[in-house]
Amino acid sequence: MLILLTAHLAAAVAAPSLVRLLRLRAFYVLAAVPGAALVWALSHTTTMRDGHAVAETYPWAGQLGLDVALRMTSLSWLMVLLVGGVGALALIYCARYFDAAEPGLARFAGVFVGFAGAMLGLVVSDNLIVLYVFWELTTVFSYLLIGHDAAARASRRAALQALIVTTLGGLAMLVGIIMLGEHAGSYRWSQVVSDLPGGGYLAVAVVLLLLGALSKSAIFPFSFWLPAAMAAPTPVSAYLHAAAMVKAGVFLVGLLGPALAGAGPWRPVVLTAGAVTMLFGGWTALRQHDLKLLLAYGTVSQLGLLVVALGAGFRDAALAGAMMLLAHAMFKAALFFVVGIIDHAAGTRDLRELSGLRRSAPAVWVVALLAALSMAGVPPLAGFVGKEAIVDAFLSGGWWEWTVLAAVVAGSMLTVAYTVRFLWGAFFDKPAVEPRTVHRVSWSFLGPAALLAAAGLAAGLFAPVLDRLLAGYADTYPDAGHYHLALWHGVTPALALSALILASGAALFAMTMRTRWWRRVRLPVDGAAGYERATDGLGRLAIEVTGATQRGSLPIYLGTILLVLVLLGGGALLAAWPLPGGFRLWDNALQLVPAAVLVVAAGFATRARRRLAAVVLVGVTGYATAILFILHGAPDLALTQLLVETCTMVMFVLVLRRLPGHFSVRPLVAARRLRVAIGVAVGTVISGLAYAATAGRQAVAISTGFPEPAVSYGGGRNVVNVTLVDIRAWDTMGEISVLLVAAIGVAGLVFGGSGRLLHSGRRPPLPTPPRGQVWLMAGHTLDAGLRSPILEVVTRLVFHTIVLFSIYLLFAGHNAPGGGFAGGLVVGLALVLRYLAGGRHELAVAAPVDAGAVMGAGLFIALGTGLAGLIGGGQVLQSTLLDWHLPLLGHVHFVTSMIFDVGVYLVVIGVVLNILRSLGAEVDRHEQIQRAGETARREKVGAA
Amino acid sequence: MSPNLLLVVVVGVLFAAGVTLLLERNLTRVILGITMLGNGVNLLILLGGAYGGPPIVGVTPEPRMSDPLTQAMILTAIVITLGMTAFLLAMAYRSWLLTGHDNVQDDVEDRRIMRRAERDEGLENEDEDGGQR
Repeated sequence: MLILLTAHLAAAVAAPSLVRLLRLRAFYVLAAVPGAALVWALSHTTTMRDGHAVAETYPWAGQLGLDVALRMTSLSWLMVLLVGGVGALALIYCARYFDAAEPGLARFAGVFVGFAGAMLGLVVSDNLIVLYVFWELTTVFSYLLIGHDAAARASRRAALQALIVTTLGGLAMLVGIIMLGEHAGSYRWSQVVSDLPGGGYLAVAVVLLLLGALSKSAIFPFSFWLPAAMAAPTPVSAYLHAAAMVKAGVFLVGLLGPALAGAGPWRPVVLTAGAVTMLFGGWTALRQHDLKLLLAYGTVSQLGLLVVALGAGFRDAALAGAMMLLAHAMFKAALFFVVGIIDHAAGTRDLRELSGLRRSAPAVWVVALLAALSMAGVPPLAGFVGKEAIVDAFLSGGWWEWTVLAAVVAGSMLTVAYTVRFLWGAFFDKPAVEPRTVHRVSWSFLGPAALLAAAGLAAGLFAPVLDRLLAGYADTYPDAGHYHLALWHGVTPALALSALILASGAALFAMTMRTRWWRRVRLPVDGAAGYERATDGLGRLAIEVTGATQRGSLPIYLGTILLVLVLLGGGALLAAWPLPGGFRLWDNALQLVPAAVLVVAAGFATRARRRLAAVVLVGVTGYATAILFILHGAPDLALTQLLVETCTMVMFVLVLRRLPGHFSVRPLVAARRLRVAIGVAVGTVISGLAYAATAGRQAVAISTGFPEPAVSYGGGRNVVNVTLVDIRAWDTMGEISVLLVAAIGVAGLVFGGSGRLLHSGRRPPLPTPPRGQVWLMAGHTLDAGLRSPILEVVTRLVFHTIVLFSIYLLFAGHNAPGGGFAGGLVVGLALVLRYLAGGRHELAVAAPVDAGAVMGAGLFIALGTGLAGLIGGGQVLQSTLLDWHLPLLGHVHFVTSMIFDVGVYLVVIGVVLNILRSLGAEVDRHEQIQRAGETARREKVGAA
Repeated sequence: MSPNLLLVVVVGVLFAAGVTLLLERNLTRVILGITMLGNGVNLLILLGGAYGGPPIVGVTPEPRMSDPLTQAMILTAIVITLGMTAFLLAMAYRSWLLTGHDNVQDDVEDRRIMRRAERDEGLENEDEDGGQR
């Protein structure tokens, strides 16, 4: 069975190219795949007759109780026959139905085969989770098939409706599956049945499972999606109505019935819904003018009948239901094929415009007649055998069987009436209508329908053979039934009822032709209206909720988040009150000085009106933070903070030179007060949390054991640096990657879309430097008014010294404050200096490399060291100590993690260089362009 | 551990000032607020580690060292803040290039939905509106 499923998958994948290659003939090739399923099932006929099952199991996710357990019993054998047989015929039919120029045909073929495969998988799954997966696959595929004509709104709408309704039911079913599976400890249906729960638990599970089955089968109140789905191409409709999709729900009812029919809500739900559907569908079919729609409502009615029979919960009804399932698949597919043919040949399927087809298309007429009579239940066709069996099953019983029988008889009368309406509408002469001229219908087009209609006749004649095959399923019911499928049981009450049904059905049709009052009789509740109301209401709710919560204003969002922080954090603090004591005012009285500076600067920063002032004030808080770091005993942090703060200030200035000097005026005093209030509240809560967290700390710090291994394994005395490049090197690796991404983002935003990003590293052509002594290579490219000779001289003198110092920091960092971050930032500041003194051309001279290449090289080196540790037999990022005794240099102590730090160093240099290129050089260029444009304009105005 | 009250207060002030600026509409102010919040968070982490001498073997005896782990974390955080500030500044610059100011505007799409909600409309008219479905 797995091979068959794989074949479907492969065919679905290959179908588009096959269609492109062979055009319509590809459908004949594809038909072989479902055909193979049919042949395979037929080869197991004797196994089914002997009442055995065919099973295959493949392990999948064992820990989750998931295995691909496939199992074919009598009922699933019947379904495989239908899925494979009707599937193959529908594909053959496609080859004639479609025009070679039909758009989306390649995709359609693939989806159709996939649909057939999903349906096949569904009916042979023993594991309920696997069944659910196939179940939803059929939903998705049917969505694509119904929406084949994606340009038509009706088609999209119908597809979406089918998707929503059946998926909702599917989800309910999944919950039911999980309830049963968790109780039994297994998801295999063959094992779940032996360990069913009881009471309310079972009742809830049953209702949920039925919701899935009934919505899939378009049973009332979910009926509305099926008639709408006839927007699909006719082969799809034929398959959908006869063998796939809606039959999945019927199949599930049949599968669960033997085990669950005794559960409380099963019979009331199934029988009521089924009976209502049967009557509603039949009644509505009588009103239709579109032949396809007429058949669609007919299917709704028949599905109700099938659900009633298969879900009634005793042997004879189940046997009859299985027979009816087979009969329905054959006649309904044939009739849909016929409608497609009429549509093609006559150009319409409206029965008010069709006339005289009996004479102009006699072959089609015969086929349609054979299929339709089976639908009406006329002997000796399969439909008759099935219907009589159903009537007989409910004849012997109590009050509820009799009630159901009444519904079945009424429903069958309606079926007869709409069958006659179908035949009359499609083929008979109508006095007021011109006879339709039709194209000749080729035998290959009519073939699939003819085959199915003939099969319906054969199934009726050989009913006793089917009886033995289907009994394997029916006998899973515990009660002893006696009924056998046959054409002739003698003169029985059932036969009499069948005759009554045929006669009164014909009379009903005659009545509908004469009078009009019955058209006004409709069901008071309509599923479609409910669906509309529900989706509209959901849309309204979504808009109201989105409109109320999604205000689109950043301050409001942030304010909300922060208020939640205040409430939750503050609440937690109040709950923990009183906080533990034992605080110190300060660790070191010197801390008071930077703290005071910081508080004052922070306060003014919030009030500053000028951009530059605000930046400087915030910078002051940053420098004060650095001092606090050093007083806390963290020289590495202080060093890095000082460098970063300086870099940040430079960046701000680079950008702010282009922005207005003052912030825009904010007239709302109340809004400002609110902001300050939220700020103070957050600050207070955070302070409280900081206090509580620190005071409440009991555990020993993780880093207590760091210093010793830092020296012995990491080979460095600076514990912070060893932590960065060795103990927690993964953190650093992640961090430099983030830096890289941020730098790329900066370049992207500034160079944005101009395509220059790729070339940003290329050195712009330099004007030749003037002769004689120059301090900076490109200093002359600046306007004289912008040049600062002192800065140029100082830069010239200190640049190389700074770079050397950075290298010292890099290598000393392992044992003293410093390291790759600090070293890289120092080089970055040296570049800043060159840029400030000599402009963007000077920057290009100072660093004639692509910033991306520097960053990339750094990341590569860092990653390389990490992998080297792996190759050396250790773990990723494991470092090795190397000690050499070299002549002249003496003892050399080297740690491989140092190379990692070199990578960090390069990444940081690259990032700063990249920022300078973007926010510095490129912004300069923008400014120059703008100024040039303004000058040109001014000159133009002057000239005029 | 006994908390350093001074640092607790400093952290609170940095958060208060940072949040006040963060709630502004002007992107420059927002960035400045984030910078201050970053410093506040770093000091908050620092508070969680022990106070002491520089964590360098041979300089400070082990029991009197400050906590090196928190410092390593803060160090990476400081450098990341640099990258983030650069990114936000580039964003402010781009906003200025495109719109002539660096104020954060309200989302246009959100406003459309709000108007819909005020008019008590559903999703249905979407098709006629702009055909976005």
